[in-house]
Amino acid sequence: MIKTYAFPTYPYVRSADQDSAAPVRRPVVIGGAGPIGMALAVDLALHDIPVVVLDDNNTVSVGSRAVCYAKRLLEIMDRLGVGERMMQKGVTWNVGKVFFEDDQVYSFNMLPESHHRRPGFINLQQYYVEQYLVERIGDLEQVDLRWKNKITALEQQDDGVLLSIDTPEGPYQLEADYLVACDGANSGIRALCGLGSSGQVFQDRFLIADVLMDPKRFPPERWFWFNPPFHNGQSTLLHRQPDNVWRIDFDLGWEADPEEEKKPENINARVRAFLGEDVEFELEWASVYTFCCRRMDDFRHGRVLFAGDAAHQVSPFGARGANSGVQDTDNLAWKLALVLKRQAPAALLDSYTRERLQAADENILNSTRSTDFITPKNDASRALRDAVLNLSRRYAFARSMVNSGRLSLPSVYADSSLNTADTEPFAGSMVPGAPSTDGPVQRNGQDDYLLSALGNDFNALWFIDHASLPDAADMAILAQLATQALPIKTRLVSPVALDIQLPAGVELLVDHLGVVAERFDARPGTFYLMRPDQHVCGRGRSFDPLRIQTMQGTATGH
Amino acid sequence: MPQLITDNNLAVPDDYYALLTELYRELEPAQCQDVNARLLLLLGNHIGDMDVLAEAARIAREHLPAASTLAKDI
Repeated sequence: MIKTYAFPTYPYVRSADQDSAAPVRRPVVIGGAGPIGMALAVDLALHDIPVVVLDDNNTVSVGSRAVCYAKRLLEIMDRLGVGERMMQKGVTWNVGKVFFEDDQVYSFNMLPESHHRRPGFINLQQYYVEQYLVERIGDLEQVDLRWKNKITALEQQDDGVLLSIDTPEGPYQLEADYLVACDGANSGIRALCGLGSSGQVFQDRFLIADVLMDPKRFPPERWFWFNPPFHNGQSTLLHRQPDNVWRIDFDLGWEADPEEEKKPENINARVRAFLGEDVEFELEWASVYTFCCRRMDDFRHGRVLFAGDAAHQVSPFGARGANSGVQDTDNLAWKLALVLKRQAPAALLDSYTRERLQAADENILNSTRSTDFITPKNDASRALRDAVLNLSRRYAFARSMVNSGRLSLPSVYADSSLNTADTEPFAGSMVPGAPSTDGPVQRNGQDDYLLSALGNDFNALWFIDHASLPDAADMAILAQLATQALPIKTRLVSPVALDIQLPAGVELLVDHLGVVAERFDARPGTFYLMRPDQHVCGRGRSFDPLRIQTMQGTATGH
Repeated sequence: MPQLITDNNLAVPDDYYALLTELYRELEPAQCQDVNARLLLLLGNHIGDMDVLAEAARIAREHLPAASTLAKDI
């Protein structure tokens, strides 16, 4: 049905591991080559950890599926090396409009403050994201991506996992120090472990229809209708994707028969009622889905870790599925790498569960509230919802209650045991546990952004000016930090360009607009320590290598 | 912490009660539900204190007659 995209077929290739008499041992095996599993594979490879990725299929996602990618995901993808490709292909959008019955009642602009490299959101079909990640993995020797490899059994051992795998040429076994399940909402690995995921199933069905039409018909905005005249009064969502494809989501109610609704003639009738008789369109892809909000109690079970939908699942309103899944891998990759390199205790992995459980609960709360607003559960809730929408035509307070999906923002791990609490007053949002904000900088005279200069390693930010230049002794300390067993690579942030000699691993960022210092509430002397996933470990008002070392120890579970 | 006022706080309580009964005059039950919802939203926003609103919501659900009893009364 899909005309705008040619699905690649990736070959099954026999691995030498299949010919080994005894199971070969690998540091990390990832189950599932979706966006989450592949993001984790790339991230681990950047930390120099060899990875085997097993997928039971041999192509990318059939259907557009996750289409909304938020700013934080794009920043992570920049670190992984596919952010720019996603930006080039994706549709950037900032405006959302809400309609009630026949009228527009509300419009919002997602555009975050200026001076960020990435926008609030782009829309892009999931198959492009997967294709870009497969191609990125092709550059990385540490990743061994095996198509048509299905995990059929697993056995937890004291120091690893024994996997039985089926292939077109028969079964084989592998041992892994760690297995990471990134195999989606109906995780086969979770089932093999005998583990559940519990929460709330919503009694509702939605139809996704991706249609191809004239790009002049609708602008690149997110339009949401409550009680529209064209769809028996049930919610409808319109979103633009690349290739002149529009995503239309129709609320069908619980009584709808999914088999009837999937018939092209019935889909076409719904789309026709929505677009009008005179608009030409072609159906690209359709799916009828139900949804639930649920999660596992723990994302780590011995040597098996869970990420993405396998660990937690949300309703689609608010773009929290793929976005939060990639934030899981952003959190997990560096921790797993340090544990495997014996630079951190295995208990560091428990902080993955703690930090990402908190994020999952935030996402589930937001997503459940959106779902309750979009599909009221009884007459009184419907009356309340419609009253909000009616009042929102004229009264500002009601507009802030209109909830067609609170769009995904990254979690702040404010209570994490990896943080070091402030001992000096700071203003602003860059608290310990927060993901780093962005801002324009110049690197070697070239315009760039702060986040491009951070990540993969621990980074210190040290704010200086020409009255407070680091002296030779300071430079020797920075050189030592950059080359120690667990390096801390310092970024000196100065309002003006400075002609100074810097040791290897240390870089000067010129904060020529002063935006970075303002966002970090920094003055000369202020320092921050950042984790490899760009979250703040701790900060202080005067650069102190001993405090920084202690902060790093705390952030690595020591 | 501000508390929900449960002693009389109205100059003329009968006036407020009359305002509410006037509100429903000649409305169908579904319209009454709509008006009630709007009124709740407007008042809640004006009060603006989640502790006060949560206390009012808690009291509002106290001692509710069982659903079956309600159905008989209607």
